[in-house]
Amino acid sequence: MAIARPALAAPVVRRRVLHRDRLIAVFMLLPSIIAIAVFVYGFIAYTAYVSMSNYTTARIDLSFVGLDHYVRLFGERRFQENIRNLVVFTLMFLAVCLVFGLVLALMVDARVKGESLFRSIYLFPMAISFIVTGVAWRWLFTPGDLEPTGINLLLERIGLGFLKARWITDTSVWPNLEVPGLKVRLMVPLAIVPVVIAAVWQMSGFAMAMFLAGLRSIPEEIKEAARVDGCSEWQLLRYIVLPMLRPVTLSAIVVLTHVSLKTFDLIMTMTGGGPGNKTELPSLYMYELRFSQFNTAQAAAVAMILLILVSLLTVPYLLYNRRAQSVEQ
Amino acid sequence: MSAISPAAHPVHGKPLRQRLSRALLYAVMIALALWFLLPVYLLLITAFKDFSEVSLSRMWDLPTRLSLESFDRAWNGGQGTTGMRGSFLNSVLVVVPATVISCLLGSMNGYVLSKWKFRGSETLFTLILFGMFIPYQSILVPLVMVLSAIGLYASLPGLILTHVVYGIPITTLIFRNYYANVPTELVEAGQIDGAGFFSIYRRILLPLSAPGFVVVAIWQFTSIWNEFLFGLIITNDPRLRPVTVALQNMSGSQFTQWNVQMAGALIVAVPTLLVYIFLGRYFLRGLLAGSLKG
Repeated sequence: MAIARPALAAPVVRRRVLHRDRLIAVFMLLPSIIAIAVFVYGFIAYTAYVSMSNYTTARIDLSFVGLDHYVRLFGERRFQENIRNLVVFTLMFLAVCLVFGLVLALMVDARVKGESLFRSIYLFPMAISFIVTGVAWRWLFTPGDLEPTGINLLLERIGLGFLKARWITDTSVWPNLEVPGLKVRLMVPLAIVPVVIAAVWQMSGFAMAMFLAGLRSIPEEIKEAARVDGCSEWQLLRYIVLPMLRPVTLSAIVVLTHVSLKTFDLIMTMTGGGPGNKTELPSLYMYELRFSQFNTAQAAAVAMILLILVSLLTVPYLLYNRRAQSVEQ
Repeated sequence: MSAISPAAHPVHGKPLRQRLSRALLYAVMIALALWFLLPVYLLLITAFKDFSEVSLSRMWDLPTRLSLESFDRAWNGGQGTTGMRGSFLNSVLVVVPATVISCLLGSMNGYVLSKWKFRGSETLFTLILFGMFIPYQSILVPLVMVLSAIGLYASLPGLILTHVVYGIPITTLIFRNYYANVPTELVEAGQIDGAGFFSIYRRILLPLSAPGFVVVAIWQFTSIWNEFLFGLIITNDPRLRPVTVALQNMSGSQFTQWNVQMAGALIVAVPTLLVYIFLGRYFLRGLLAGSLKG
């Protein structure tokens, strides 16, 4: 709390001016405070209330029904599928993005020629819309009915025809575990794999950028000293570089996971949630409930579950960051 | 892994093993670069083909001659396809004012939260930041109601307002971290000289702010241009659609051929790609700021 408090023996006049300035400061912040209070916290509170109301048709009905909609959701096959898809999508996306991003960063950081060109190529998908990504990758992963198209055709041309797959039209779940009490088959819906590939294509550059920033902040002297002590490059990576990347990795995990939980645009464009809800996430289900079925209360319940999931991740992170910052000051 | 570690001191006549691992490193990096460029290649070759050349079996082949037919159809429409010209204009009309307002608000907020801290201002800042992590599904229901109530639903100003409000957290964050690096002594010196709140901002902070404004402007421009959900919900009118919604609609239409869709995708991608190519450094800074570490 480094409050600007200048001039210890300031004359009364100046102190009064300062006091006035402090009021102006708060006043200038007020529009944003009000906007966030209403559009974030007020709206969330309203959504929470609607999720416990009887507003299930186009007619507004805010009578209180409690947690009925939540209970119904968790017992519903479709929502269980949503959650399964969300977990599978997030775990695959996160794991691949982190590993891939780290490898990219280490390579770019290896004093290669054309470093900035490589970096720019790996990062450019971050600058374009998920909708563009979705349109392009949907075509790539359209398997073709009679003759192979997209990736399948390419694989055939380069002699990798055995890798051909049904991609975004695959309805199977592998390895298709049945769990008593659950209405969905567990494990990986195969149609989600191409979506993960597209998402990784778009976001791994971001992971790379974060790791690269982390790598660049490691003082050269530390690495040099380790080398002098006879560290091999592999040991250097394992025992010095990776441990020092831990804070950056934590940030990357939080940001990537929260992006993954919120994914909407990409799936909307690539698969629309299909085939047979195999790639549908809660974000899409919420949209359909609210804007096609006009079941606003149920939609609000889905949205609240999504919000809670994201908050479980981001609130501790925000608090941790805040503490870290006040220590720095 | 030793293949990807730097040679500490480049010496002439490196051992063969090292040269081989270097070659392998470049091979992997180039292969990955090709993978990243694969969709771009497909977009380009497809979009520049004329209609007679569009065939599934030849989809990976280069066009025999460059044709702008697909772009014409994607831009102007025709034969069941809605052109994107109007949507492109809508996006510009939303992005420009929203970006300008976001910059001004963010700069003022960052100034107050870094140089005029008050009791509870840190808590307030954290509360503001939370706004950038929420899934927007959790505010859509009341957002539509409130925008309808104030007459801004299904209007471009409504979309602008929405983007500005939900842009407050990130723009405030970037400016606050940026101004935190401006020495507080400068502000205190200004106060001793009798400068007030606004003249300190105008004479001390603002002249130093250009890079901050560039980072925030690029960030907001890119995110708002690429945004889809708000555009989809708030502009409930085909004439008001932003480009991303228009592209999604085009790609879902059975009348639109692949080459036209790809041309449409390029049209949507070009503005932000240009910004990325020319101002990538600032884009990267905005990107990293989003992870809070500034």
